[in-house]
Amino acid sequence: MCTVCGCGSGNVRVEGPEKAKPKYGGELHHHAHDHSQEHGSAHLHHYGTGRASASAPGISQSRMIQIEQDILSKNNSYANTNRRYFAERAIFALNLVSSPGSGKTTLLVETLKRLSETRHCYVIEGDQQTSKDADRIRATGVAAIQINTGKGCHLDGHMVGHAVEHLAPCDGGLIFIENVGNLVCPAAFDLGEAHKVVILSVTEGEDKSIKYPDMFAAADLMLLNKSDLLPHLDFDVEAAKENALRVNPDITILTVSACTGEGFDHWLTWIEAARTMKLAGHPVLSTAQ
Amino acid sequence: MHEMSLCENILEIITYQADQQAFSKVDLVRLEVGPLSGVEVEALRFGFDVVMRGSVAEDARLDILCPEATAWCQACETNVPILERYDPCPNCGAVSLQITSGGELRIKEMEVS
Repeated sequence: MCTVCGCGSGNVRVEGPEKAKPKYGGELHHHAHDHSQEHGSAHLHHYGTGRASASAPGISQSRMIQIEQDILSKNNSYANTNRRYFAERAIFALNLVSSPGSGKTTLLVETLKRLSETRHCYVIEGDQQTSKDADRIRATGVAAIQINTGKGCHLDGHMVGHAVEHLAPCDGGLIFIENVGNLVCPAAFDLGEAHKVVILSVTEGEDKSIKYPDMFAAADLMLLNKSDLLPHLDFDVEAAKENALRVNPDITILTVSACTGEGFDHWLTWIEAARTMKLAGHPVLSTAQ
Repeated sequence: MHEMSLCENILEIITYQADQQAFSKVDLVRLEVGPLSGVEVEALRFGFDVVMRGSVAEDARLDILCPEATAWCQACETNVPILERYDPCPNCGAVSLQITSGGELRIKEMEVS
């Protein structure tokens, strides 16, 4: 049983592009990517041989074993497998994270409308329940997979590995992973993406980045969304930027509105530039795409 | 919130080690959890008891070491202790320190029988 995503134990569902297709259930385990795990070799110390250095049969003796293993090592190895898969196929993957209601899906829909004519785009949607978000993405003509995490509060490397396998993206493609709306847990789980992009809407507080520093520290780009609402709000853009830079001095900040399209030129330019940097030297860059 | 799935990862490592090193009971699990690991220690303790039920680590004691977080201050050219990611240098007040430790999240050792 996969205890990372719980498949086999019931909560997680990967829902494919064909809507009528049942939950993958057992099929989930027929994935091609390498799931071999490196459980670091533990060093054994016997402390229980007794005063005379002799073991007495039938008497239980405790011993200490040194493990020194990262608790997230399994997720990290799945993430690295995904990262290798992406690198070999010149696929550029972004992990979009935010609190619920920041406008991630609308932002993604508007991004895909502008980008999908020139690039092969794919979307992995993470939510606890329903395929509503994947349905909205598919309406743009872009292939999307919905992962329902059940009780889970984040996507992990294993789930994304399965989803990528079902999407079967073409070489040079772009994958947008829309994580579960949660500013805490997704920060800890590497999915193999090139960058985390954190979305903060102006209807939230300016101090969100210092309240939830882990996520803003893990992200390379912050999109300050819903800028069209600024005239109606008492939101201090400069203070929001300052706070984010305090947590992460290297973060890039762009102000956008998925509603009016403000700032989208910069956002699309950032995607192209980051993709070029990531794929530098890969033959796919010198071909048509 | 993700402490529960971290406990499942811990159980998986324990179960693997139980098989590899032939033990049937875990008496103590010692973890190292840095203050910048994004983990709420009390939630981890709660999840641990729940997740370990029915396993070789049922009733195991959980010992959590919390090492200090440190960061490199360019101005002072030294490692300084910090409490949060965005803390300024306690000596000179400089900001944008380079974090050098505090994100630890690992199983250090176990007492088994």
